[in-house]
Amino acid sequence: MVPLSWYLIFAAALFSIGLFGVLARRNAVAILLGIELMLNAVNINLAAFWRYGDVLNMTGQVFAIIVFAVAAAEVSVGLALVISVYRRRNTVVADEIDMMKW
Amino acid sequence: MQTTTLIWLIPLFPVLAFALIVLFTNRVNWLSHTIAVGAAFISWLLSMIVFFRALGVENLGRNPFEDSIPWFPVGDTWFHIGVLIDPLSAAVLFFVAWTVLMIFIYSVGYHNYGQPKGDHDHKGLPPHGATVDEHGHKHVVLSIEPMYSRFFAFIGLFAFGMYLLVVSDNLLTLFVGWEIMGLCSYLLIGFWFAKPSARDAAVKAFMTTRIGDVFMLLGISLLYYQTGTLTYREIFTEETLHRLATTPSGFLTFSVAGLIGLLLFIGTIGKSAQFPLHVWLPDAMEGPTPVSAMIHAATMVSAGVYAVARMFPLTSLDPQTMQIIAFIGGFTAIFAATIAVAQNDIKRVLAYSTISQLGFMIAALGVGAYVAAVFHLITHAFFKALLFLGSGSVIHGMEHGVLHTGDHKVDPQDMFNMGGLRKKMPITFWTFLIGGLALSGFPLLTAGFWSKDEIFAEAFGHGHIFVFLTLAAAAFLTAFYTMRQITLTFLGKPRTQEAEHAQETPWTMTTPLIILSVFAVSYGWAGISEHFPLLGGLLPNWVHEFVGSTLLEMPEAVEFSWIPLLTSLVVALGGLTLGYFVYRNVNSPAEDRLQIPLLKNKYYFDEAYNFLFVKPAYWFAENVVYKFMDQKVIDGVLHLFGPGTFSIGYAIRNYFDLPVINRGIGDGSYKATWWVMKIVRPIQTGRVQQYLLFALATFAIVGVALYFWLA
Repeated sequence: MVPLSWYLIFAAALFSIGLFGVLARRNAVAILLGIELMLNAVNINLAAFWRYGDVLNMTGQVFAIIVFAVAAAEVSVGLALVISVYRRRNTVVADEIDMMKW
Repeated sequence: MQTTTLIWLIPLFPVLAFALIVLFTNRVNWLSHTIAVGAAFISWLLSMIVFFRALGVENLGRNPFEDSIPWFPVGDTWFHIGVLIDPLSAAVLFFVAWTVLMIFIYSVGYHNYGQPKGDHDHKGLPPHGATVDEHGHKHVVLSIEPMYSRFFAFIGLFAFGMYLLVVSDNLLTLFVGWEIMGLCSYLLIGFWFAKPSARDAAVKAFMTTRIGDVFMLLGISLLYYQTGTLTYREIFTEETLHRLATTPSGFLTFSVAGLIGLLLFIGTIGKSAQFPLHVWLPDAMEGPTPVSAMIHAATMVSAGVYAVARMFPLTSLDPQTMQIIAFIGGFTAIFAATIAVAQNDIKRVLAYSTISQLGFMIAALGVGAYVAAVFHLITHAFFKALLFLGSGSVIHGMEHGVLHTGDHKVDPQDMFNMGGLRKKMPITFWTFLIGGLALSGFPLLTAGFWSKDEIFAEAFGHGHIFVFLTLAAAAFLTAFYTMRQITLTFLGKPRTQEAEHAQETPWTMTTPLIILSVFAVSYGWAGISEHFPLLGGLLPNWVHEFVGSTLLEMPEAVEFSWIPLLTSLVVALGGLTLGYFVYRNVNSPAEDRLQIPLLKNKYYFDEAYNFLFVKPAYWFAENVVYKFMDQKVIDGVLHLFGPGTFSIGYAIRNYFDLPVINRGIGDGSYKATWWVMKIVRPIQTGRVQQYLLFALATFAIVGVALYFWLA
């Protein structure tokens, strides 16, 4: 069986890619994509720990499913916000959406 | 019902009537007088039941009706109040109940119930009359009293005070009743408060009696201090009395008993209008006539004599106090009688006669004639209530005449404006005549003769010749001025148009007169001495047996002597005859040779008191209290305080409030916040990715720090 560390390294890589996407991409939709990547990296971790830990204890799997549900909800709200912002300001560039300052 | 329960209930009804009238029915005249007269009737009924039950008790003096409840705690014990009906209070209750009920009924007529409202009557003034249209022409009739209900409320409260005083078994509730009557007398004398004279008279009566009341309260306090109780039956035990009589009080040579008796007697001097506090009573005639009858004949002034009689076992222990009492009584009797001779106001004559007769009773108590004093108290209450109500009836009739002629300058109370009323007001005349004869002591028939004769016999029998002679002279004057009054008022021909048109008063006024005149005659028969020639022993001497049994030792009846009896006959008949013949043809004050300025002006007592007490009091109030104390001292201190407080306030404001609170804390907190804002503002760019980068950086730093520090 593939050792646990592989999964962890893979998840870490995926998380870093997501984090980079969130911090570096200018497009708001792309930032949302980055968030999705990070969430899925967490899911991989959860699944891997479950598989290599106490298999009979379903906590890891259940937690991963909850994260899916939350991610789905989050992305739908996020996309709705992006569309709303686009309609008002005609842009989806994150740096240009800077009304929330003093 | 148990007799004690009934006794508790006696004072209750008049005070209930007072509350009901004041709170609810004061706009409904017929309801107010129904409630008041009803309450007086119930109290009368209860009093009669109690009285007749008391008659049936064997040796009531030893076994009185008594009942008490604890009232308030004093130290380890309780102060008890209760009711007591012994022979003395039973006898007093009898005449109080009768006279109060009669006066209540009389008031209905006196205040013109059933007459129309006055044309221009004001509250606080006597009614002026109303114009009515009858048989096509207008004429003026008497109008109803504008404050009709209020009058009945007040006399209800007054009756409560008197009943309370009579049934109470201790000096404290007696004093409470005493003070309630003092208040009511103030309210009722000043009933027509818009008249300045009535207002002044009310204040005068209140202030004068107050002087006596203060001493009385001192006496009560001393008694309580010495014995620890105010209940009569606990004080009048042989050992307590003996102890009080043998303890010196430290005041001159009085024993404690004598001093207490003296202090309580000063209360009586005020209440029963004895010299030198007699000045209020004649002025009190400013009140409505039922009030004069109620306060100045039947009840309140009797209360003073009752109090002395009540404390007689204590007072009689000290001969000095007794001498003072006898002296004051005797002096007042003759002194007031001389003034009464020169008065022209029908009510004032009676007022001075009341003072004089009260002097008789006080003098009788002073010479130890306990039974005679109580006997005269009772008979006097009946005939003096009768005379006052009769005089009210006369005035009422005269007012009718005044309204008929329309000449309001004619004084309906001046006897020289009357004359010949015998034909116009027959019921009033005959009842007034009976009352007058009783007052003069007309032999054998009238109650006044028997009681006065008893006083003479006792004074003579106990060797108080000086008191005896004084009282005999006073009795002569009494008969004289009474006949003068009757002659001027009722006999001869009408001297004015008003007297010509006087009219008999309604039945509500005449019925009480008739009932009271029955007592003014018949009550004397209850106290005929056994030693009296011919008549003695025909009827049992009930008064002596019954009232005398109040005392621990039944007083001995004095030996019969012809001297007091003959004196009594001579002064009564002589005074009456002389009065008739002197005043038969007198038609104006100018023809009256007894209008001596000294007597007319009551020995200038009002002027003297005005100069000695009233003026100095005003001077003191004006110059010392107002100008010096108030304006200089009090205002001066206030004027110091004003600027002082102002500068303290100024300092606090300028040196603390403005710099520290306002500029320091108030402005400082705002400035500090502003300054922090200036520093932190640049990092708030609004760019979400920048925030994330900050968060990441922080996370990384904290993570690394934790890693190194914790590991």
